[in-house]
Amino acid sequence: MKRKYFAYPYIVWMILFIVVPMFFIFYYAFNVDGTWTFRKCWETLTDGQKWRVLLMSVEIAFGTTAICLLLGYPIAYILSNMKKTVAGFISVLFFVPMWMNFVLRTYAWRAILEYALPDMLGFKTTLTGTVGAVLMVLVYDFLPFMVMPLYNTLSKLDKSLLEASRDLGADGKKTFFRVVLPLSVPGIVSGVTMVFVPAITAFTVPALIGNGNYNLYGNEIEQAFKVLAGKGDYSIGSTMSIILLICVLISTAVMNHFDNDKEGGSIL
Amino acid sequence: MKKLGRSLKYVYLGFMLLFLYLPIIYLIVFSFNDFTTGSGRRISYSNLGKWNGCTLANYGTVFSGDAGSSLLLTLEIALVSSVIATVIGTAAAIGINSMRKRPRNVVVNVSQLPMVNPDLVTGITFMMLFAFVNGLLSKIGFQISDFAKLLIAHISFSIPYVIFSVLPRLKQSSDLLYEAALDLGCSPIQALLKAVIPDIMPGISSGFIMALTMSLDDFVVSYFVADRIQPLSVYIYSNTAHGAKGVNPALATIIFIPLVSMLLIVNLRRLAKEREYEIQNKKVKMKK
Repeated sequence: MKRKYFAYPYIVWMILFIVVPMFFIFYYAFNVDGTWTFRKCWETLTDGQKWRVLLMSVEIAFGTTAICLLLGYPIAYILSNMKKTVAGFISVLFFVPMWMNFVLRTYAWRAILEYALPDMLGFKTTLTGTVGAVLMVLVYDFLPFMVMPLYNTLSKLDKSLLEASRDLGADGKKTFFRVVLPLSVPGIVSGVTMVFVPAITAFTVPALIGNGNYNLYGNEIEQAFKVLAGKGDYSIGSTMSIILLICVLISTAVMNHFDNDKEGGSIL
Repeated sequence: MKKLGRSLKYVYLGFMLLFLYLPIIYLIVFSFNDFTTGSGRRISYSNLGKWNGCTLANYGTVFSGDAGSSLLLTLEIALVSSVIATVIGTAAAIGINSMRKRPRNVVVNVSQLPMVNPDLVTGITFMMLFAFVNGLLSKIGFQISDFAKLLIAHISFSIPYVIFSVLPRLKQSSDLLYEAALDLGCSPIQALLKAVIPDIMPGISSGFIMALTMSLDDFVVSYFVADRIQPLSVYIYSNTAHGAKGVNPALATIIFIPLVSMLLIVNLRRLAKEREYEIQNKKVKMKK
């Protein structure tokens, strides 16, 4: 018996539950109640409201990613410069919250923003339902996903390169911007992709924290499926999912391109 | 100056850790809050911000209602799905590793799909698949149960994580091991079980842990796939979103404390081992 046969159960599984389900998005986008039609799909594509929501989602995802990078890079950098045993312990502390279900943590944030923080600061209104609150909780949810790849990259950095840079007369700032930062690009790329893609599709945070004022593209898709699904109408949601997938594809392609470029540069 | 910079670093790390732990601490503190309101002694978790006094009552009622069955369902799905995913995934990795280059690339690339796909898309594709299949099956009076749907979905998104933690291990281990076992009279199955599997065990166990984590942490896929039964995350969401009555904060403590103690013990042990190793290394160096 050849060993490659061991992959066959998985290949069957993969076709049934990874490949076939993907086709359903395309099937239902153009098929309403058993008839092929472009009508629903076209309605969705020409709905200006949906494009505005998409634009806002991309903006918010962008903001989330940028803030995560700004907050996460120093964390990863400081950890990577610590003694290995200490850093190992502290990095575990950073990843432990990820193990508690994020719906529960988001729920706790809602309580804090709705009652505790306004009480403490003496505000009359709640802080939920603002764009700042949505952004903050999104950052909260995705920060570990940024720190993890950055820490992995930075801690594997060859320390002798830094010494070499110092020996050649560069000061700390110059060493950081000319040596450390370019070498950590792979970590930045995977961190950014790990934050940006889930941030566009996040629909729990806007629902729980935004009080429905800041519905993102994920919410629109969720609504389309949960409300219309009973009527057997998957067309609008499927079309929006295709648009979402295209966005994800573009952002991954851009990030990968960025990565390759820099790698080429560092070899030179 | 240098000392100042150093303490500044610790202040920053401490501040960030506080940010990450604040909601968890908040829930744990409020799990001791008295939530009974009004004269009817009714319990309402919606005022999760007003301190009414200390009580342990929340821990008495933590598994009452749907919370207990939801937690049980989450644990069942997580355990069963990650065991099946580990078995299928490990076999797949062994198979993929001995494939020729072209088919191998195809399988590996398709396997990466669930990892890059947003959860939302994975969830709705499964929802549509099951709706379609159940539509066909209803003609012969048969339906896929919610439990089976959840199980299939969780296995599917877990398998790639198993494959990609076993594959690197297989690449490190030598092909000769398998052939040597065959030469020494093992049957192919025996050779795999007795020579190959023990060699790649670290990869298998980390794949299992990954699968378990993904399954325990999942909300989005379960939310779209299950109609009638609710895993814990879906239970929490449906009881908190859109002005619902709220969730018992004691649930957070019940989940979090065992998890944290387990993780810390495992990691502290590993750190202690590393430290021992380091000290021994130093001693060896000194002897030289």
